[in-house]
Amino acid sequence: MSSLPNRKSFRHGVHPLEHKEETEHLPLERMPFVGRYVLPLGQHIGAPCRAVVRAGEKVTRGQLIAEPGGFVSTSLHSPVTGRVVDVGPHRQGNGQLVPAIQIEADPYSSQQFRERDPVDPFAMGVDEFAASVQRAGLVGLGGAAFPSHVKYKLPEGKACERLVINGCECEPYLTCDHRVMVERPAEVVRGVSILAEKLGARGAWIGVEMNKPDGIDSLRAHLPAGSKITVAPLAVKYPQGAEKMLIKAVFNEEVPAGHLPLDIGVVVNNVATMACLTDWFDRGQPLIERALTVAGPGVDRPANLIVPIGTPIRDVLRHCGINRDTRQVVMGGPMMGMPLATLDAPVVKGTSGLLAFTDNMVNHPTEYACVRCGSCLEACGNFLNPSRLARLARAGRYEELEGAFVMDCMECGACTYTCPSSVPIVHLIRAAKLTIRQRKAKQG
Amino acid sequence: MMAGDPRLLLQSAPFLRRGITTPRLMTEVIIGMGPVILAAVYFFGISAIFVMLATTAGAAGAEWLLGPARPRGRTLKDGSAILTGIVLALCLPPGFPLWMAFLGGAAGICLGKLAFGGLGQNMFNPALVGRAFLQAAFPGAITTWSAQGDIGGFFTVRASNFAAPFMQATPDAVATATPLGLMKFEHQTTPLTDLLLGNTAGSLGETCAIVILLCGVVMAVRRAFDWRIPAAILLSVTVFSTVVWAFNTEKFPAPWAMLTSGGLLFGAVYMATDPVTSPVTPRGAWAFGAGIGVIVVLIRLWGGLPEGVMYAILLMNAATPLIERVTQPRPFGRGAIEHE
Repeated sequence: MSSLPNRKSFRHGVHPLEHKEETEHLPLERMPFVGRYVLPLGQHIGAPCRAVVRAGEKVTRGQLIAEPGGFVSTSLHSPVTGRVVDVGPHRQGNGQLVPAIQIEADPYSSQQFRERDPVDPFAMGVDEFAASVQRAGLVGLGGAAFPSHVKYKLPEGKACERLVINGCECEPYLTCDHRVMVERPAEVVRGVSILAEKLGARGAWIGVEMNKPDGIDSLRAHLPAGSKITVAPLAVKYPQGAEKMLIKAVFNEEVPAGHLPLDIGVVVNNVATMACLTDWFDRGQPLIERALTVAGPGVDRPANLIVPIGTPIRDVLRHCGINRDTRQVVMGGPMMGMPLATLDAPVVKGTSGLLAFTDNMVNHPTEYACVRCGSCLEACGNFLNPSRLARLARAGRYEELEGAFVMDCMECGACTYTCPSSVPIVHLIRAAKLTIRQRKAKQG
Repeated sequence: MMAGDPRLLLQSAPFLRRGITTPRLMTEVIIGMGPVILAAVYFFGISAIFVMLATTAGAAGAEWLLGPARPRGRTLKDGSAILTGIVLALCLPPGFPLWMAFLGGAAGICLGKLAFGGLGQNMFNPALVGRAFLQAAFPGAITTWSAQGDIGGFFTVRASNFAAPFMQATPDAVATATPLGLMKFEHQTTPLTDLLLGNTAGSLGETCAIVILLCGVVMAVRRAFDWRIPAAILLSVTVFSTVVWAFNTEKFPAPWAMLTSGGLLFGAVYMATDPVTSPVTPRGAWAFGAGIGVIVVLIRLWGGLPEGVMYAILLMNAATPLIERVTQPRPFGRGAIEHE
């Protein structure tokens, strides 16, 4: 396969059924405004932000409501014009109570975003640029929600030679990045040009899997002549969207284990993040809404929606016709997503999809003994031995687990997906990694 | 505590499964063995069916009786005991007393699998443990080969099949030597066409080389087993026996005779590939197969027995943990793997 031109990929991995056909041709539509919005202060990786509004205060759409709580933290803006009704604990998707700002939308407001004049990012210094991105509240929209400005502020002695834009969307069911590439190619390409220029990269590569030919075409059609941006078609394989796998697929280079892509001069960003970067500099719109896919047999009208951040998930699912057969709702993709404990939780910056699964999909086969068939070894993009890790994790042999490089695991779940004996391999690994981290924290 | 919507099911990602289960893998191997079973029945008549039923009954019975309880017989569902029974039958002679066959199946499961903690924990291929047990307990009966067509017709049953337990098993009137026995003790060669088509004496499943090869190729393509193991075995036997043969073409058998006679092909395709007892690592699979090939040739040419596939596989089974230890894959983004 790899010898064919334009069929680049990483080694190993799995090919789950894509299930993208039910939404990939549905254009992005706007989710109507609802009554109340919930904005958790810690919806990104890093320190939670600090609220700068109090209950009772009036806010407008796009107004700053919480400022960064540190460097690895970002800003939060009101997705609607309305009134702050509460700053306090609210239940988030995993069932935990977290501090959140609740805003009641003003029913008489047009909810029109008031644009500001474009700002020229090219005129800014690099630090000023990163600070501006932090003010926009921008995070990686692929799902991890890592504050973007942290990646843009290169540490001393590090240089970004190559910018990689992640348009793989390798998770089944999800098609929102695909739609962004098809419908907003100009914004994506402009965002990439801005970022490549600001980081001083010698080139930018947009990696897109071949199951999105219209996405590849529309991006290519918007590349300016002589651009240093390349659209790189990749073979369809999971987990290609994992940044180290993506770098391997595009450049055939391995990021050393335990290091960041920046250590080999690469910065990776998501396509949808690029469109938001353009929105910020050209229209002054911070990250107050995002595209996401609502799909699965539990909804009658699957859709690709642009949803204001903070919209309760129950409202989004109702809008798409959630039916009574729904047994499980997953936030994110079906391979790495998180099952929701409550539908009162809101859409956050990292929500790339909402999947409603029915009974026949949530009953996994009974677990059999591991027959050491080796399927998991052939699935693991990190070339670990998942069957061994699972065995050691069950036995609680943490020192040996570390010796077997359990911390290299990216928890993509390809091993569990492929296991014929239904051993919950990645679940065991996740628990073991947590224990190892807790032990380390206790010791040091 | 009101943690949320009570109807929502919480599980751990991933939420999708490939949908291939272990029982299905076992079934696939049994189906992949179908043509070999049919060939055995075609060549050896109804006796073949009796021997297979006896070993399978022994294996399944032992699994049911001595396997994990609650509910009893739970582990029968994974299909591995039945597979063990069939594989064991296919490496026994057609006129083998049924009570011994039953005992062999039970011994394979008990000593070869359950003693280690059940499926996935066993060190040795259970079918081969069963056969080793029979070889030690009944060396006479297990080396009494009857030729094909030595009996009147398909439905004629060999008398020795129904020998009473613990009485002297009466050897068949027409006992024939296997090609390997002829090769070793009488320096006779068997024509290659006979070896390929199965027109020789031998165990039930091992005589027809062509059928085994074709089944093996189909199963390898369908990824029912790790193709590297049979490939490595056949490669190493070919290389090793060619080298030896080149030294003295008079004294040593030709490599093609080595490849197609005895249980080599059957062992390479159906026994060495048992995933539980072979290395999971790709490089380990090559080393494992190569080791089997070398030991087979050593035993056949210089050992006291005419055939060495069983011991070769059992020995390499024992070496599997060691092989795995030194052939762990190189993790992504790391240099040469550091061993502890």
